[in-house]
Amino acid sequence: MTPTLHIEDLRIAYSRSATQPPAVDGVTLTLPAGELGCLLGPSGCGKTSILRAIAGFEPVKSGRITLDGVVLSSPQVHLPPEQRRVGMMFQEGALFPHLDAARNIAFGLRRLDPAARTDRVNQLLELVGLVGLGSRYPHELSGGQQQRIALARALAPSPALLLLDEPFSSLDRTSRHRIGGDVRDIIRAAGQTAVMVTHDEAEAHVLGDRIGVMRMGRLLSWTPQRHDLAEDSEPVRHRSGDPQPAA
Amino acid sequence: MKPIHRLIATALLAGFGAAAVPAHAQNAGEVTVYTTREPALIQPLLTAFTSRTGTKVNTVFVKDGLLERVKAEGNRSPADVLMTVDVGNLVDLVEGGVTQPVKSRELASAIPQQLRGVDDQWFALSLRARVLYADKDLALKSIHYEDLADPRWKGKVCLRSGQHPYNTALVAALIAHDGEAKTEQWLRGVKANLARKASGGDRDVARDILGGICDVGLANSYYVGQMKAAKEGTDARKWGDAIKVIRPTFDNPRSGTHVNISGASVARHAPNQAGAVRLLEFLVSEPAQALYAQINFEYPVRKGVALDPIIGSAIGDLKIDSLQLAEIARHRKQASVLVDKVGFDQ
Amino acid sequence: MAALRVRPPGGPRAVGPVWFGLAALIAAAALLPIASLAWIAAGADGGHWQHLVDHVLPVALSNTVVLLAGVAVIVTGVGTACAWLVTAFEFPGRRTLGWALLLPLAMPTYIVAYVYLDMLHPIGPVQGVIRAVLGYDSPRQFRLPDLRSMGGAIFLMGCVLYPYVYLTMRALFASQSRRLLEAARTLGEGRWGAFRRVAWPLARPALAVGLSLALLETLNDIGASEFLGINTLTVSIYSTWVTRSDLAAAAQIACAMLVAVAGLMALEAHGRRHQRFGGSRNQDGMTPIPLRGAWAWAATVATAIPVVLGFAAPAAYLLVDVVQRLMSGQHLTLNLYNGLRNSVGLALGVSTLVVAGGLVVAWTERRVSAASAPSTWLTRAASVGYAVPGSVLAIGLLAPALAVDRAWAWITQSPGLPLMNLGAILVGACCIRFMAMSTGSIGAGLSRIAPEIEQSARLLGETHHGTLKRVHLPLLRPALATAALLVFVDAMKELPVTLLLRPMNFDTLATVLYGEAARGAYEEGALAALAIVLAGLLPVAWLARTQFASHTRRNPSP
Repeated sequence: MTPTLHIEDLRIAYSRSATQPPAVDGVTLTLPAGELGCLLGPSGCGKTSILRAIAGFEPVKSGRITLDGVVLSSPQVHLPPEQRRVGMMFQEGALFPHLDAARNIAFGLRRLDPAARTDRVNQLLELVGLVGLGSRYPHELSGGQQQRIALARALAPSPALLLLDEPFSSLDRTSRHRIGGDVRDIIRAAGQTAVMVTHDEAEAHVLGDRIGVMRMGRLLSWTPQRHDLAEDSEPVRHRSGDPQPAA
Repeated sequence: MKPIHRLIATALLAGFGAAAVPAHAQNAGEVTVYTTREPALIQPLLTAFTSRTGTKVNTVFVKDGLLERVKAEGNRSPADVLMTVDVGNLVDLVEGGVTQPVKSRELASAIPQQLRGVDDQWFALSLRARVLYADKDLALKSIHYEDLADPRWKGKVCLRSGQHPYNTALVAALIAHDGEAKTEQWLRGVKANLARKASGGDRDVARDILGGICDVGLANSYYVGQMKAAKEGTDARKWGDAIKVIRPTFDNPRSGTHVNISGASVARHAPNQAGAVRLLEFLVSEPAQALYAQINFEYPVRKGVALDPIIGSAIGDLKIDSLQLAEIARHRKQASVLVDKVGFDQ
Repeated sequence: MAALRVRPPGGPRAVGPVWFGLAALIAAAALLPIASLAWIAAGADGGHWQHLVDHVLPVALSNTVVLLAGVAVIVTGVGTACAWLVTAFEFPGRRTLGWALLLPLAMPTYIVAYVYLDMLHPIGPVQGVIRAVLGYDSPRQFRLPDLRSMGGAIFLMGCVLYPYVYLTMRALFASQSRRLLEAARTLGEGRWGAFRRVAWPLARPALAVGLSLALLETLNDIGASEFLGINTLTVSIYSTWVTRSDLAAAAQIACAMLVAVAGLMALEAHGRRHQRFGGSRNQDGMTPIPLRGAWAWAATVATAIPVVLGFAAPAAYLLVDVVQRLMSGQHLTLNLYNGLRNSVGLALGVSTLVVAGGLVVAWTERRVSAASAPSTWLTRAASVGYAVPGSVLAIGLLAPALAVDRAWAWITQSPGLPLMNLGAILVGACCIRFMAMSTGSIGAGLSRIAPEIEQSARLLGETHHGTLKRVHLPLLRPALATAALLVFVDAMKELPVTLLLRPMNFDTLATVLYGEAARGAYEEGALAALAIVLAGLLPVAWLARTQFASHTRRNPSP
């Protein structure tokens, strides 16, 4: 059973003053299972606050966040982040500097026995196309490679929901384009439900199954996208086995 | 100028700039004194010497390591006179081979023989007694040093560290008088009577008596003068006014009060040997001895020099213990070992 | 923290004979006191050693261990907590307190001991007030536990030495993003798990560096331990030498203590073993969480307490004392003025030479070493002076230095002891003592500069030394400034080396103060103490500015 994300009338405010507008003002949306929803808007529009609220790092003033029927956040309930089965990919990777790539990926896999863990790690390395780089430390990887590892790490524990916080904004244009496509394919292939936040319109249209436009804390629209055949044929190129697509 | 050159230039400049003051070799006719005594105590004497004779005096104040320093300097050492306190230190200087004997009628006549080293290698210049400070309201007229181990003083005694030279000299004197075994017992008894850890200085004994922490303690005589002569209203004066002083003796009925000395030697490789002897002779002359008495509140070695009135009234004339100073020096190491064994300072 | 990068092969030929020779000379000079001590120790007779082992060493050793452990707990707790509060949260006064927390660096341990002993004496002001409040008349009825105890010593040293940990931990927290902890939370770890698996391994190297500095200072201290009656190893070295006139036995204890110090440094190296990873590549550190209401004020109070205890209270007390004395007619003597001039001159000279020397050693190290670890034998040898307590260093250095002086005098046909008279021996000894601070700081700064930068300069036609001048030196300016300031402050406070190795007619503020306090006469002592603290203040404030500003100004790295 793949989970569905419901957000009902969400309100998040940082200051107690009545005059300051809340960061998120009455947002409602539903993301069906297996889809990639994109929140698009300028900085300060509240998209990142929503993401952090879903992850459990921001308290909710009013409204509700539900994942697969389980209430994650509400004024009465606040499930701690580690219990939400929500994975996150940060703006600049946030890889643990003291662990190599393989150990970074394995970080959330403590429940597995060592053999199963190694298998999963290898599986993910292959998935993101970085086989053989498991023993490199984060500062020995390029920016694009770091983001791939970050993705692998977030996917490793098979989260119910994946969050992406402007994951490509620190990369240059070409890398962004290439990785964006790869990430979308990986997520699709895994059937992963995901929410991404970005300010780049083109990126949103390429990656998202649904796009939500936000401004000043309000959700202006939440519309499904259609992708044409030309884009669907791109992934084939990558799956043909280039072991280290450079980024 | 290139940065690296600037860096080097600044370094050299700064290094030499820092030493600008002392950067002069000793000129002929000057006398150089290496001393462990604090500047304030002997500067007036040296200034008096300079104004009397016109000879400039250079000083190096070394807190510890006088012997090592002079030894390491070897025959190029500019030291003429070595001044220090505690007979043990003076004996160490002689045994370290950095002194020379002095033939001077002036010195021999002014200083009694028991206060001069063998071969006149060191000379005592002033005396200080280790006396009992007591709460001024305490009903006590006299005491023996050995009495301090008596249980009736439990929790009432304040002392500085047992390892401090002033105290080890006293312990050495006790060993010479009463033997090692009895002295060890004494140390244990006194330790049990301590009101607080054996630490701090001699003046802290007076301060703690004022504060009610203890009733009695042992300290040097010159602090009495310093405190009681201090300005009205100052802390030192308050402490001085809170105590009275008793001159202890040993159990032996013919003994007197334990004293220690400040003294000097002429350095072995003194560049200005004549000047060194002249300085020493000045220091035992009447005006200088009077200065020792008045400024430092010490007891002069020269007979006939008046005590400072405060010392005279608060303490009085000394009956100096007849024990040879050399004996005390001989037992000093033993004393130090005993203090450790008993764990006096723990 | 060094990045693991592929280095060009090194070896002594990579740097040229002059630089290598200079660096080796510095390292050899630093090792000289230890070699000399070992030599002296070897000449001791066994009898005294037996007595020491029986009666002196066990107590001194256990006292030292307890003191170190206690101080370690306090400085780790206070330093880390304050660093965390100041970087992670927003509360009133945060910015000011951020640098004020460094102020105790200007306060030498012996001055703090001397002031608190005065302040907290049963007939002093604090206990007087307490008694008045509780309704007692005299100290006979009620008095607080004596400060002259192990607890008192631990408290005092902790109050004054926590800035070392605070400094390194704050640098760490400022450069690590909160994102890392959040990432750990999204991967299934609770708060404790995130701390244990992410925050702690990352904090360990910084903690190791700060803690080892604080503990070395504790080990080295002799003034405060003596005032407070704590018989540590350092104190027993001193008393063995002075009261028992047994230099050889003292040297033996000193050598034994160096073994303990070596252990400390091994511990530090162990703590830093994962240091090959650099800070995170992102520029933003944490965004502080604003605190509200009672919590905010609680944070302000919590971070203000160490500042008050470690600096504001003692400084205020000194100030009041000085003002009282000045008003009652006491005037500043020439001696004090000379002391001030000599202190500043000495500190300036030493810090300049030490920074230059540290640069030579660190630079040579970098070129010579093909290994990835930032510190190998050259730097370690040069740094050893810091681990040796000042008094021990001075004793060890005395004989060889004066031998050199005599040789020099013979060569140049000058009378007396020219180097000693010039103060050169004193300056040299202080340099050996403080070299570690500059090699450490500069070494770390160099390792932050990627080899690619140098390689590009070389490709553009610049020589090795040209690159040093035009590329590295400008980039190293923060590290050089930090080193110079740290050394300046420490040299201002320096006491035991000065006491032993000074030339004639030479007093520093520290020796004036010590002479007064040792005599139990505090007249000019308070003035000297205040002058030392004030003189140390400006560099500390400057240090705060450069240290914390440099986190927003990054070294370029690809």
